[in-house]
Amino acid sequence: MATERERRFAGPRRGQLGFALGFVALSLLLLLLIGDQTIWAAKTRFFAQPRFWPAVGLGGMVLMGGLHLYRLPWRRFNVNDRTELRRWALVLEYSGWFMGYVLLVPVLGYLPVTLAFVPLLARRMGYRSRLMMGASIIFAVVVVVLFKSFLGVKIPGGAIYEYLPGALRSFFILNL
Amino acid sequence: MDLFLSALDILMRWDVALALLVGSVGGVLIGAIPGVGPAVAIAILLPATFSMDPIVGLTVLLGIYGSSMYGGSIPAILINTPGTAVNALTTYDGYPMTARGEPRRALSLAYSSSFFGGIFSVICLILFAPVLARIAPMFGSREIFLAALLGIILVVVAHRGQALMAGALAAFGIFLQTIGMEPVKYSQRYTFDQPFLQGGINLIVVVLGLFALSQAFVLLTAEDERIRTTRLSGGSLFQGMRELLRHPRVASVSAGFGVIMGMIPGVGEFTAQFMSYTYAQRTSKRPEDFGRGASEGLIAAETANNAVPAAAMVPLLALGIPGEALTAMMLSVFYVHNVVPGPGLFQNDMDFVVALYLALLILNVLVLAFLLVATKSLIQVVRIPNRFLGVCILTLSFVGVYSLRNSATDCMLAAVFGVLGYILKRLSLPAVPIILGMVLGGIMEVKLRAGMARVKTPLDMIDRPVSFILFLIIILVLATQIRRVWLDRRDLKEAEWQSNHRSTSFGRLLLRRKSSFLMERGKLQRARRLTWYRRLMDLF
Repeated sequence: MATERERRFAGPRRGQLGFALGFVALSLLLLLLIGDQTIWAAKTRFFAQPRFWPAVGLGGMVLMGGLHLYRLPWRRFNVNDRTELRRWALVLEYSGWFMGYVLLVPVLGYLPVTLAFVPLLARRMGYRSRLMMGASIIFAVVVVVLFKSFLGVKIPGGAIYEYLPGALRSFFILNL
Repeated sequence: MDLFLSALDILMRWDVALALLVGSVGGVLIGAIPGVGPAVAIAILLPATFSMDPIVGLTVLLGIYGSSMYGGSIPAILINTPGTAVNALTTYDGYPMTARGEPRRALSLAYSSSFFGGIFSVICLILFAPVLARIAPMFGSREIFLAALLGIILVVVAHRGQALMAGALAAFGIFLQTIGMEPVKYSQRYTFDQPFLQGGINLIVVVLGLFALSQAFVLLTAEDERIRTTRLSGGSLFQGMRELLRHPRVASVSAGFGVIMGMIPGVGEFTAQFMSYTYAQRTSKRPEDFGRGASEGLIAAETANNAVPAAAMVPLLALGIPGEALTAMMLSVFYVHNVVPGPGLFQNDMDFVVALYLALLILNVLVLAFLLVATKSLIQVVRIPNRFLGVCILTLSFVGVYSLRNSATDCMLAAVFGVLGYILKRLSLPAVPIILGMVLGGIMEVKLRAGMARVKTPLDMIDRPVSFILFLIIILVLATQIRRVWLDRRDLKEAEWQSNHRSTSFGRLLLRRKSSFLMERGKLQRARRLTWYRRLMDLF
């Protein structure tokens, strides 16, 4: 049965201990490196030292993160914590999809990669119907046209566009 | 009058008109889709606005901020799911109205209340602008440092029950903004000799990761929900204004709460709504109707949250201090265009400030007109499946991050912050303190360095009236927080004692017995009992 302290905790139990431990450990590690990663400038006032604000940030992280860890109503991992850790690892797959998209755009071009990326990811999400595939393709085209052609955001043309003939090449590099 | 005309002159451009239209319609659409929200949309659109004029870019972003709450009331009322987080209170009285067959009345009332809140706050602030223009120059480096410190403290203490972790995350934000080249001594801070860290960590990369990518991950890992939309019936969409006029006291007090709470950094919509709703319930003739479809409850919730956006611009424009994540993102639009918000803006570009408020005024009219015409079609957007929305947000996030510097490293950092944001969402921990720590930490570093140059003793820091008042407020806020923690702790102890079924630990029981035996009263009791025992024995 949950104790009064556990009942009053804001948020779910799963994963809290792991996150708090990781946060405090990382903060401590960074704080230990402060002498190596920052300098103490001679003839400079204390508040103007380059080391002062990193120390404030890391000190706050260690102190408040440590107190949060100390005040946590749980001291042991259970099966829900392990399941939660696996759930966190699941999103690495989508981060991978995102990074793949990022790395392919400068090579294959914004429009072709977006046209492949959106329907493929939608398929991975379990959508098979023509409606959803059609919606994915329309969405991909609209995004590219809106942002690159209309709003002119800075996304470089794909290296593959270099192989296109003259006028088409500059049109693709500028707009798609 | 000249000021008003020059402000109108700034707005009389086709691109500003287009920005107003895009902002209002886009904001309503974004608000109406549960799971997107204005923070995601603003984070994605932020880099695209950098190529626009400051007034155009800010109008789009303000439009999305201001109108998303109108849109958010639609799913809150019709399907009991708030479109944006701040519409949660709308579900309390909005959905029961739908359940009893009056969805059109509820929507109309929500739109009218939102419109009233929006217009009330803009008018208040236009009237208040000359006073602000007089107060703002009183803020020097020390005052701005103390105001930023107060902002961080308020953001931290606003997270009740999570203040320690909110504080740790705000400190993480402060640490993040120190990474890179230090601008005065030109030394490296936590760059680990990596070239990509030398320029520091860009705020927009962090914002996109924590808000947009993390939301995409949440949606991609969630299940699609079956949503049944309700047919619009029960009253007309125009009746809400008449009904609102029957409750002028609730509407104006709620809007007043919205304006005041909006101006205080870190407080915002939730507190304003809570206070308005509590006020409306306490002063109502039928408090038992609240939560069961009371029109006053709906008016209080919607008026208060829509009065906040205009007010939230006050600390940003007057002092250059954002009070929440959305205005922190808008600050970067100013910086990109080399416009420094703060006392100088109020002194030199007052017409720009008034133009922004006028844009908000026009925006409210546009949104109301759009909603009265297009509500029937808008209901359909809530049917977009969650995971497909996740795919869309992931695709759009790429535009936001990559268009900044065409850097794959930025995208990788954004993905890392996306995973962090996802973990924070899973643990119900706030991401906003990280953003405000980054923004306010940067401001504090610069202002403290500048302010301390003229400070000889620690008391010089608070020797001016404004700085002294700010210092007193900081002390008051900290004292209130300490008292609250102490009371919570006492309450917890009492609850633990009451729910404890075991008498006590055995060791303590023995200790108490021993003390009892050794005490004078114990000796007396034993002697008395012994006397009774002897008398009893004598009987036999």
